[in-house]
Amino acid sequence: MQPLAVSHFTLTNSLGHGLSATLDALRARHSSWTRCAFNDVDLDTYIAKVDALETCPVRSDLSAYDCRNNRLAQLCLKQDGFVDAVEAARNKYGAARIGLFLGTSTSGILQTELAYRRLDSQTGALPPDFHYAETQNSNSLAGFVLHYLGLTGPSFVVSSACSSSAKVFANAVRMMAAGMCDAAVVGGVDSLCLSTLYGFNSLGLVSRFPCRPYDAERDGISIGEGAGFVLLERVTAMNSPSAMSLLGVGESSDAYHMSTPHPEGLGAKMAMQRALNSAGLQASDIDYINLHGTATKSNDASEGKAVAEVFGDSVPCSSTKGWTGHLLGASGITEAIIAMLAVEHDFVPGSVNTQRVDPAMTIDYRIENGAEKINRVLSNSFGFGGSNCSLILGRKA
Amino acid sequence: MMRLFVEGIGLLGPGLDSWSASRAMLAGAAAYVAVPTMLRASDMLPAAERRRAGVPIKLALTVGQEAFLHAGRETGTASTVFSSSGGDNDNVHMISSTLATAPREVSPTRFHNSVHNAAAGYWSIAAGSHEPSTSLCAHDASFAAGLLESATQVTIDDAVVMLVAYDHPYPEPLNAVRPISAAFGMALILTPRQTKKSLASFEIDFVSGKTQESRMQDTGLETLRCGIPAARGLPLLAALASGNATQINIAYFEDNYLNIRATPC
Repeated sequence: MQPLAVSHFTLTNSLGHGLSATLDALRARHSSWTRCAFNDVDLDTYIAKVDALETCPVRSDLSAYDCRNNRLAQLCLKQDGFVDAVEAARNKYGAARIGLFLGTSTSGILQTELAYRRLDSQTGALPPDFHYAETQNSNSLAGFVLHYLGLTGPSFVVSSACSSSAKVFANAVRMMAAGMCDAAVVGGVDSLCLSTLYGFNSLGLVSRFPCRPYDAERDGISIGEGAGFVLLERVTAMNSPSAMSLLGVGESSDAYHMSTPHPEGLGAKMAMQRALNSAGLQASDIDYINLHGTATKSNDASEGKAVAEVFGDSVPCSSTKGWTGHLLGASGITEAIIAMLAVEHDFVPGSVNTQRVDPAMTIDYRIENGAEKINRVLSNSFGFGGSNCSLILGRKA
Repeated sequence: MMRLFVEGIGLLGPGLDSWSASRAMLAGAAAYVAVPTMLRASDMLPAAERRRAGVPIKLALTVGQEAFLHAGRETGTASTVFSSSGGDNDNVHMISSTLATAPREVSPTRFHNSVHNAAAGYWSIAAGSHEPSTSLCAHDASFAAGLLESATQVTIDDAVVMLVAYDHPYPEPLNAVRPISAAFGMALILTPRQTKKSLASFEIDFVSGKTQESRMQDTGLETLRCGIPAARGLPLLAALASGNATQINIAYFEDNYLNIRATPC
């Protein structure tokens, strides 16, 4: 593929608002786990929560969109001058020439969960203040952000579970190559809700402790919430070859099981190999891998095998979910941005909470943070339904 | 402009039991009679999964299978784009009801089938396909979004793509705030190059501005088109059924639309 220029990016999660908060927390090995005290959830687990959301409603002209997920989207858009960067792009290309492709798994479903507690006792109807299209529908997120940023280009939501906000990079690549837009905002937002907390719990996939990716004793995910956005433009003669770029994308399907990855990591391997092929790179060109690393027994075992097969044991790898929690539909974008921070700062994040790497792993899994020259990174995102996506970001030369 | 070829069609909706059974109605050569959608679980699924399959899985696999048979292609070789406004609307209702009262015992199967890409997951397993698959939502523009994304995959990735659009009604109380009139699914097999099996070419543009949408001539079919997001694709099927060169406009959001020029091969 033709690389795309990464012009601007931002993220918000339990580590804080904006890029420097996340980078500082990674460097200081500081995470923000809290015992699950969300709504009236009665589960014995930890969550990685964004605290400000209860008190920051969405812009008043978009009040129908007000829900936890869109509040998180708005809070994130306000960081790191992202809105200004999009406005500059809008002035350059026109609002109709900027695409918007966002990932979410649960959108504003919390609004529906809470509305179901307030059904009319006579008629069973939903309360009159419930706005379906603007909150529950998966497109709520893209609808809100489209209006917030004043864009009118091609737009949709990708909802392929935990690969959603990685796959949006592929949509942007194709849309721009096909001439449907000249720039694109990609990203993802997922926020805490009862469906995911109780749902993952019902599958026996939630840990009672903050998650321990790739640990021999790992016993499941911990759920967090977060958002991230990236502005992509075409590479021009103005861009230095060392500027941050999207270099490759690989997508695949496991065709194995709805909620368990292929035991040998078949789909994961294909996604990573396709990403390398699309970037025209070899495994040895990659300097750091941000793993999907959910801390379930099955994900880490299968991903570890796949990475070992494609990359051997010479590339530093880690999962940063020990810091952020599993951000589900926002994990792809969050980890792509963390991977780009690794390139910008020649910084290899390790893995907090992981005490002893599973001895069955034959990859270079890093627990401690490190300082190394990082030019190109690969970020993995895998989801239910066997939906896999690998991204390669960094400097072309 | 993106150019691609249609090689296979699948259809299941109220009074539209398959593409082959509906073709004359869509061409205006036979009367359309609205009867409830005859949902069935595809024999691509193992027996246990067939019994448990929800409406989206039944819709998506039935139309996908018909489209591949029509095209005479192996199911494992195509990328897939699934587009739906709601996903599994029965599951969302059941899970929200369960969570509203104690004990909050969510069924694990219900939960993993509640992801928007559940139909895509079951398809890839049943079809034995490791090719890329995506699952989209754009509310009422979900069909248009799916077609646009499919067209970029065909033209940029040089891929054979199956587009599946499906929607089905919510139970109450959600039905009152998001009425979807019936269970409906359609599938298109789209290819980058003309083959002996090609039925028509589509030239597709994403256009800024407001549009007068292309409508169905039959009032019953027009009611379907307006009442189900996935059925916004019906004018394309009418064009394919008629065998005439046709220009079709499908609304996207308020300020944009797709213009499609369908030309028979």
